[in-house]
Amino acid sequence: MTNTIKSVSGTGIPLMLDDIDTDRIIPARYLRCVTFDGLGDHAFEDDRQQDPRHPFNASKFSGATVLVAGRNFGCGSSREHAPQSLMRWGIKAVIAESFAEIFFGNCCSLGVAAVTAPRDELDKLAAAVEADATLEVVVCLENLTAKAGDLCIPVKMPSSAREALITGEWDYLGQLLSASCAVKEHVLTVPYLNGFSA
Amino acid sequence: MSDRRNLFNKVWDLHDVRTLPNDQTQLFIGLHLIHEVTSPQAFEILRDRNLKVACPNQTVATVDHIVPTADQSRPFQDGLAEKMMSAIERNCDEFGVTLLDLKDGRQGIVHVVGPEQGLTQPGMTIVCGDSHTSTHGAFGSIAIGIGTSNVAQVLATQTMFLSRPKVRRVVVNGDLAPGVYAKDVILYIIQQLGVQGGVGYAYEYAGTTIDAMSMEERMTVCNMSIEGGARCGYINPDEKTVEYLRGRPSVPTGDEFERAAAWWLTLASGDDAEFDDEVVYNAADIEPTVTWGITPAQSVGVSQPLPNVADCDAGEETLISEALEFMGLAEGEPVKGTPIDVAFIGSCTNSRMSDLREAARIVAGHKVADSVKAIVVPGSQLVREQAMQEGLHEVFEAAGFEWREAGCSMCLAMNPDKLQGREVCASSSNRNFKGRQGSPTGRTLLMSPAMVAAAAIEGRVADIREFAGAAV
Ligand code: SF4
Repeated sequence: MTNTIKSVSGTGIPLMLDDIDTDRIIPARYLRCVTFDGLGDHAFEDDRQQDPRHPFNASKFSGATVLVAGRNFGCGSSREHAPQSLMRWGIKAVIAESFAEIFFGNCCSLGVAAVTAPRDELDKLAAAVEADATLEVVVCLENLTAKAGDLCIPVKMPSSAREALITGEWDYLGQLLSASCAVKEHVLTVPYLNGFSA
Repeated sequence: MSDRRNLFNKVWDLHDVRTLPNDQTQLFIGLHLIHEVTSPQAFEILRDRNLKVACPNQTVATVDHIVPTADQSRPFQDGLAEKMMSAIERNCDEFGVTLLDLKDGRQGIVHVVGPEQGLTQPGMTIVCGDSHTSTHGAFGSIAIGIGTSNVAQVLATQTMFLSRPKVRRVVVNGDLAPGVYAKDVILYIIQQLGVQGGVGYAYEYAGTTIDAMSMEERMTVCNMSIEGGARCGYINPDEKTVEYLRGRPSVPTGDEFERAAAWWLTLASGDDAEFDDEVVYNAADIEPTVTWGITPAQSVGVSQPLPNVADCDAGEETLISEALEFMGLAEGEPVKGTPIDVAFIGSCTNSRMSDLREAARIVAGHKVADSVKAIVVPGSQLVREQAMQEGLHEVFEAAGFEWREAGCSMCLAMNPDKLQGREVCASSSNRNFKGRQGSPTGRTLLMSPAMVAAAAIEGRVADIREFAGAAV
């Protein structure tokens, strides 16, 4: 499967809060499911109910593709339901000050571009998107920039994750499967699988 | 020349199958634990691609998150929970994976069951579709939480891709004061390093305080590594680790055990091992600790006041004001005395025998305050059985606690145990996120099981050191 992701473009949605945990992105009661279908409807469900002005309630942002977020986005649980719900809501890229690791890894597995940018630049981007919800945001993984109107900010992504998206090799399962012989040999070197005498 | 690698790097190197084209490591996984919430979609991926489980013998499943802890009769009242339960039964059956289900006698929270069965051993790579997999690091393993796509990858290949993290040694030295527990140690560490301080790191917990801890206490510490942003936390194996494992069902016996024990001890980081970073704390600085906010780093010693927004670092004000507002607490006020509605003793952080014994010792001869609903949820069926043999359930019930079946219960909102409305819960679990305990507006105060016990009786946050009858 090759599915190269060199850039993501679309309108933006700002959510400049820090330490947004995965329980907030998708409350646990929506994890009572055996498929990820339908999770998009429940992204930020509780926050949205408590705050009518939550960006995910605003119709002007309803078609957004690029989420602009704060520090430590996606902390907490390992639930892939979180990036799944954002993805199914329509998000294809997240630009944040920083990410929690498992959330970042989950985004990689799903082909969601998760890039980081300095806070002051993010604040500018968020303000631009807030001011004009129709503004097109372009996240370019090749140049490592995010552009919106006159604004062009530098973004970062670990080279391994970036490489995978650009080359389309983010189908890790296929890659991992291709090493099954090496894995079989490896098993023979693991002490606890060989009576502790390997 | 001595091996200056720390434990993490020794174990990583042992499991390194190859470097992927994007420079990440394809890492061999020794033990894959699964549960009902994060696995159904992964099995579906296997079905779609016509793949088998590569190593069913290194894969073990249990059920915990959705399990009701009061009425466990099937079908469950919650149709969605029943569907998830049937899915894991069918998946394990079809793919040849051992399932420790409700009828099994060994069922429980996955992070309680692994060590209890001796599945968790030093030197292993252990993964589970659950962020608190870090718990298993208490044995000197690399134990990390993964997402569902990773679960599918590990099921199909017994490997996954990862970038090697840095390793920070977190040293705590000295004796803990009476009334200060492992839970307080990890809450303190998170308070000091922050909820994202550990991103990019594995934490090695070391120092005389950690050395002195029992295996159960070490699990409590490692459990909450993820709350500090570290995907993995571990403690070097020692004689306590070996003795804990001796005789457990999944551990070898006889000569093989002796060989295993000898190998386990060689894995520990040596005195001259190298680390990317080190921090040192004094046990004497740690008080019984309580969270007051909506992240696990928002905590104070029980004798301390809540922060004043004006005194906070720039950039923290929004977070702190948001937390105080959500919690309905006033800045600068003491945390002690905050009224509670619910007391929860349980979760993979604190639901093992030592936790229940200590909580029972504190509640013995007292009554839960009239305004408080209090429940005790053992971490596994075996813990439950042992506690009942010791008569702990009678102590709890006499005090007015409900004594439940094993499961995740009120740690998160996937089963019938939930907060209602704005209730405040004194909880021995690990997360105080908004909505975590089932009511979108419910409020959680994290603390040690002993402190939960004291709060249940007083009806408000109490200082265990002053609590009548605690005799700490
Ligand atoms: S007890 Fe809580 S933290 Fe632990 S596995 Fe269950 S839900 Fe997760």
